[in-house]
Amino acid sequence: MRFIFKTSYTQDIDLAKHSGHVFWYGALMAALLAAPWLVPEYWLAQLTFVLIYAIVGLGLMLLAGFTGLFSLGHAAFLGVGAYTQAALTGYGVPFPVALIFAAALSAVVGVVVGLPALRVKGIYLGMATLSFGFIVEEVFARWESVTGGNAGKNLKAPDFYWFKADTGDSFYFLCLIITVVCTLAVLNILRSPTGRAFVAIRDSEISAQSMGINLARYKTMSFALSAALAGIGGALYAHKLRFISPDQFNILQSIDLLLMIVIGGLGSVHGAFLGALFLILMPQIISLSKGYLPDAIGQAPGLQAVVYGAVLVAFVLFEPYGLYGRWLKVRAYIQLFPFYRKGMFKRQKTFQKSDRLK
Amino acid sequence: MTSATQSAAPAIDMLQVKDLSIRFGGVMAVNKVSFDVKRGEVFTLIGPNGAGKTTVFNLISRIYTPTAGSLTFAGHDLLKQPAHAIARLGIARTFQNIELFEHASVLHNLLVGQHTQRAIQSLGGLWKEMFFTPSARAAEIAAREKVEHTIELLDLQHYRDTTVAGLPYGVRKVVELARALCAEPKLLLLDEPSSGLNVEETEDMAFWIQDIQRELGITVLMVEHDMTLVSKVSDRVLAMSQGEVLAMGTPREVQTHPGVIEAYLGSVDDVSSLRRAAA
Repeated sequence: MRFIFKTSYTQDIDLAKHSGHVFWYGALMAALLAAPWLVPEYWLAQLTFVLIYAIVGLGLMLLAGFTGLFSLGHAAFLGVGAYTQAALTGYGVPFPVALIFAAALSAVVGVVVGLPALRVKGIYLGMATLSFGFIVEEVFARWESVTGGNAGKNLKAPDFYWFKADTGDSFYFLCLIITVVCTLAVLNILRSPTGRAFVAIRDSEISAQSMGINLARYKTMSFALSAALAGIGGALYAHKLRFISPDQFNILQSIDLLLMIVIGGLGSVHGAFLGALFLILMPQIISLSKGYLPDAIGQAPGLQAVVYGAVLVAFVLFEPYGLYGRWLKVRAYIQLFPFYRKGMFKRQKTFQKSDRLK
Repeated sequence: MTSATQSAAPAIDMLQVKDLSIRFGGVMAVNKVSFDVKRGEVFTLIGPNGAGKTTVFNLISRIYTPTAGSLTFAGHDLLKQPAHAIARLGIARTFQNIELFEHASVLHNLLVGQHTQRAIQSLGGLWKEMFFTPSARAAEIAAREKVEHTIELLDLQHYRDTTVAGLPYGVRKVVELARALCAEPKLLLLDEPSSGLNVEETEDMAFWIQDIQRELGITVLMVEHDMTLVSKVSDRVLAMSQGEVLAMGTPREVQTHPGVIEAYLGSVDDVSSLRRAAA
């Protein structure tokens, strides 16, 4: 059990709250840096995908987990980033410049989608973003001069003067650096007035407004930031696959993304990473375990969809705070051993909140 | 800060409410209500349920737009301001049914109170936050210091890092008051500050309201049912019933006003007959 003795305000502001944080995140970073020499190439590619999805997950987490706005069309932002990157690098624009444009264009599209979000809430926002996703997918398929239509579009490896990320290892490092930068940016926003305004909007719009938070501005900003992160993820995704086509950015991708953050744990930055890990590892685990299962199950079509569905239902029922919530419980169990009680994380249900002004 | 701006402004009236009316369908929820809140006083709205007190609050904080009438705060026409600009003008409020940010810590809630002073104004501000530059850090510490004053005033030291969802009702009520104070308001709107509190907590609340008025120099406009609290802290009281003003004056005057007694207990004849029956 750790007791933190606070002697200065900066201790509440700093990202690393105590030496344990420094040690464990340092160890994680060291392991990630050493990964190319430790894991086989195939698994390194999977790890690269985890990082890419984690960036997208961070964006969606900011929007859904921290601002409380659910997007069912997030794959569209991923697509905008991917196609912008593909088109620009196709014209010979250097990688970092193209990446910035991909993020910026996604952010602009995010603002456009965010505008209806000021009027609609909950399920209606879901529907609005869903239809937006369909529109964008259609645009990718039809705007053949830029996107290559349904035939898809090829990309080169990212290069910038002397740096060329044409191997699995170098591309992995590129993704790692971008992931770290994005994560720090999100963490910094969350400990600033803007991040607190997002959380305020999520928990009570009416009082957020009375505290002087401009709902329109902050909701739009949340959409823009979220879309920009999705755009960055999309650009890296496109480079990783070297080939993109409209069906990679369809409704299923959007649902995967939402699934990722819900299973990871809504409202925590860790959740985005754990969710990405889940999203990439689950199909691998299923395909690895196929050999050990009886044929009737192992070879059945749609096995993956069933497992996904079952896992999601299980999480919603038993662990609404996702993998990160489960981890917090496990950690508390270990720290408090043997004093952990079963109901410790149970929240008292509150019936005091008023819905009258909504 | 508040005292400086107070002495600079010429008007004595802080808030002027004139012929304020709002209609919801066929219901005239507030009908031609007029009153002035003077700088530095505690002004209380009382009245039976459904009298329109909370609606007046929601009109002042611009959640509703009135059908007719005017609202002037320290020279500003409030009707020209959007709801989120009200806090910046210096009006903070609490809610009847506690509207805190449930899944955030008490400290986080109070720091949101500082939003009007801290909101970013441009893209440059966002970059500063993203990279958490030394200036962003300094601003964060300065905000924390201000928040700590409020924590100390309202004895919330113990709950700083607790998530609001885990707090008892009485403490939430105080946290909401603290959050409003963190906005450094000139006018504080308290919607039933003592509802749901026990006798002891209500006494604390009365004590704090007096502190807020006398030491911080903040004008208070509140809606309250507990007449002990009302007569203890209020300078003036306005009684409402069915959207209309019944009486205005000192707590004593209003309490003995026949119209007010009628609104609460029935007509004067009924009351006197009851008295006769009791005697």
